[in-house]
Amino acid sequence: MTVETLIPVAYLIAAVTFILGLKGLSSPTTAVQGNRIAAAGMLIAVIATFFAADVNGGVPLILAGVAVGGVAGFAGARMVKMTAMPQMVALFNGAGGGAAALVAILEFARQRELGVLEVGASLATLLALIIGAVSFSGSAVAFGKLQGLITPKAFRYGGQQLVTGGIAAATALLSLVLLAGAFGGSFAIEPMLLIAVITLLALAFGVALVMPIGGADMPVVISLLNAYTGLAVAMAGFTLNNQLLIVAGTLVGASGTILTRLMSKAMNRSLGNVLFGAFGAATTAGPAGPTAGDDGRSIRSIGPEDAAILLSYAQNVIVVPGYGLAVAQAQHGVRELADLLESRGISVKYAIHPVAGRMPGHMNVLLAEANVPYDKLFDMDQINPEFQRADVALVIGANDVTNPAARSNPGSPIYGMPILDVDKAQNIIVIKRSMKPGFAGIDNDLYLDPKTAMLFGDAKDAVGKVVQELKKTA
Amino acid sequence: MSGEAIVAAYVFILAIFVGFEVVSKVPSTLHTPLMSGANAIHGIVIVGAMLVASAIPGPLGTVLGFLAVVLGTANVVGGFVVTDRMLAMFKQRPVRKRE
Repeated sequence: MTVETLIPVAYLIAAVTFILGLKGLSSPTTAVQGNRIAAAGMLIAVIATFFAADVNGGVPLILAGVAVGGVAGFAGARMVKMTAMPQMVALFNGAGGGAAALVAILEFARQRELGVLEVGASLATLLALIIGAVSFSGSAVAFGKLQGLITPKAFRYGGQQLVTGGIAAATALLSLVLLAGAFGGSFAIEPMLLIAVITLLALAFGVALVMPIGGADMPVVISLLNAYTGLAVAMAGFTLNNQLLIVAGTLVGASGTILTRLMSKAMNRSLGNVLFGAFGAATTAGPAGPTAGDDGRSIRSIGPEDAAILLSYAQNVIVVPGYGLAVAQAQHGVRELADLLESRGISVKYAIHPVAGRMPGHMNVLLAEANVPYDKLFDMDQINPEFQRADVALVIGANDVTNPAARSNPGSPIYGMPILDVDKAQNIIVIKRSMKPGFAGIDNDLYLDPKTAMLFGDAKDAVGKVVQELKKTA
Repeated sequence: MSGEAIVAAYVFILAIFVGFEVVSKVPSTLHTPLMSGANAIHGIVIVGAMLVASAIPGPLGTVLGFLAVVLGTANVVGGFVVTDRMLAMFKQRPVRKRE
């Protein structure tokens, strides 16, 4: 038995550790360990690969690449702020997609040199290349949007779907030409040239796919790109006939698919609608000032001292955080407020809508960073029945996900979207900068509810003032 | 279909089932770490990159091989480190003492 025969065993062990790693994520108590087990499995697989015959003279090149990539990855991961996590994930996602595409190109070139191109393997290679390249450029655009380097707004122009469709059709056509060549054994056009053109087309497609998608739809896009990279890696596994790549890539593909579905569902929109629909474009109503509503109902504005009094007389408080809270960096202030209330025997829970934040579960991470214990975070289905028992629902930086119109008004663009039943609470305090409508561009009926009190101001400032007022009454 | 291809197809299909089974048990609280953890796992493409890094002689092949290894490593290291950082924050009780 030589060392090389042990490589598949090392890969098997790695595949098992990846499954264990994901399994560990079923609870916060086992998650850290699970992630470390998966990392150890990855290390085993990488070390084993150094002994593979295919690596032969490549060790110095690989070590140089590992050094550069390792330092970049480590530094990025250590320095990134939790609010910037979505763009960091987009970046790593793009890196994986790009690597899968490069592996596909190199493997295709190698098979071509050896004259062993055949149609099945070439199909897998093409899929790895195309999906990987789409994920690479799509993630780069998503990163740019999340980081604010390019406009986070939906970028649209006339004939857009035609252009995007045209790129897709050209990619498919050239791929068929390539496959036909691999099938017949002779190429009408130099296959490496075809590969180069297909790569460029796929990169363009990734850009065309993500550019028209607005910032608030990012949870869906990031999940989808995650699934793409997983699939690209699995396809690279088919090309290289490497089971480990197939298993790992497929696991990620499944994870990304599940999250994409959950996120679309939480916005009550189909994936197609997120990718190609112009949401909110038709209904961008002008921002209404804090004035009377259409039917004579008016908005009630209160100050921090009133809010403090209302909270101090409550027994059950539910905090509803939205992305506005993260933007204002108010999460630490909110935890301080919750600590104060709890020290007086008031129960405080957090209601987290699935799309609060810019990626799945983002709000949970932001609150965890502010030392909010995770057993106080409740998802929509768990918390909704509790709103009617809540004395105060404190809405901070959340808007559309609290709009009762989603339940009651079939004419509303967000009708049917699952929302947090904030309007069922006895009292509602909404901390909001202004009466500007949310992402969907529609007014929120919740603000006209007689039970609702508006506390206008920056989330961080307003929460800080409420804390000060509460301390005075101690 | 060749024997190798059919084995690969088996692995692919079974992995789909395992993936859906395992991931559907992840609570929504951990969806961000799930995504970054899954991200780290698809960094396994580093193994593929190592295997083809020096497959094509010449400067272009070398540059592409080098880039593939760089991207793959950044993906693996960054993914695992950032997930670890994030998961360390999920505690049941605040560690910071209240004054």
